[in-house]
Amino acid sequence: MAELNTGGGDSKGKKVRSKKQDAGVDLTAMVDLAFLLITFFMLTTSLSKPQSMNLAMPDKNKEQIDEPVLDVADDRTLTILLGEKNKMVWYYGLPKTPIEGPTVVGYGKNGIRKELLSKTKSVVAKYGDPKKGLIVLVKASKKSTYRNLVDILDEIAITKVPTYAIVDITPEDKAMLEKEGLLTK
Amino acid sequence: MAKVKMSKKSTKIDMTAMCDVAFLLLSFFVMTSTAKVPEPLPVDTPASTRETKLPETDLVTITVGDGKVFFGMVGQDVRADALGRIAEKYKLTFTEEETKRFSLIDGFGVPAGSLKGLIALKSDERNKDGVQSGVPYDSIDNQLREWILAARYATKELHQKELKVAIKGDAKEEYPTIKKVIDILQDQEVNKFFLVTGLRTEDF
Repeated sequence: MAELNTGGGDSKGKKVRSKKQDAGVDLTAMVDLAFLLITFFMLTTSLSKPQSMNLAMPDKNKEQIDEPVLDVADDRTLTILLGEKNKMVWYYGLPKTPIEGPTVVGYGKNGIRKELLSKTKSVVAKYGDPKKGLIVLVKASKKSTYRNLVDILDEIAITKVPTYAIVDITPEDKAMLEKEGLLTK
Repeated sequence: MAKVKMSKKSTKIDMTAMCDVAFLLLSFFVMTSTAKVPEPLPVDTPASTRETKLPETDLVTITVGDGKVFFGMVGQDVRADALGRIAEKYKLTFTEEETKRFSLIDGFGVPAGSLKGLIALKSDERNKDGVQSGVPYDSIDNQLREWILAARYATKELHQKELKVAIKGDAKEEYPTIKKVIDILQDQEVNKFFLVTGLRTEDF
């Protein structure tokens, strides 16, 4: 048998035991490195694609003026005027003779959402026809921000308002906002 | 009484399994990652509850922030083709090398006249503050409209698809700026677009 003499005189004829090498390698450094790289990749990647919101605007083709003008009952329309300071004014009905409002509210679940929820229900109940639901008109003033617009579109999506549109603000509406102190010149 | 001998346990743990998991995760991240690209105009997008994903191809992103508008296209072929159309429109000439370099730029915000200078810059210099002033979009010099038109033609010709438009606005941007961009799009009868948003829950 091939044996390695590990020297030392004291073995004296005894069989020299080859030392049992520990089979496990120290993996600590390797694991350290692996986790370091994982952290690096996790932080530098953009795993999730950005979210988005679909928005369809009404066609403003100027050549189709001949179309019959559709009359909509005033008790189906809710107009929301976006003002500054993250506030808005809403009214139900026509601007000159509103059925309800104008009222100033904020965004979020304690603000406009309550109103939208109750109106979507009451309009359908009134007409008894789910196709004749609430129509929301959003009019953004010059002082409102992009966040306000996205917020209100989001509220409309949450409350499942069937019909909505973003429309240009009229001088009448501007005056209403100014009266409530939500539009400074 | 005999002393109870404590069995000496080794302080070493078997780390093989841990190592395996670590490397599995590592390879996962290496393979799935697409590195974050530095944006020329960083914006803070508002949050919404909707979870529609942005399409990955045939998309232009119009970034609006700070009153400036930046324009970004997806796909090198579309970028090169759109640049060709813009060059024709504004009587500019770009070498093949410049077109190639331009097709690697994700988003930019300079007037057409300054494009040459922008292309010549290194990528890290391009994204410095104040280097890019935004694409002009007022009624006198509406280059944004030309870019959108060029990108639409390019996408239609190269991919036979309609171009999709995403608007990435800063949350604090005032509405008139956004309105202007939307008007430019609507003048071309692009009535549907994506608003890039962050994510939140309904409870706000």
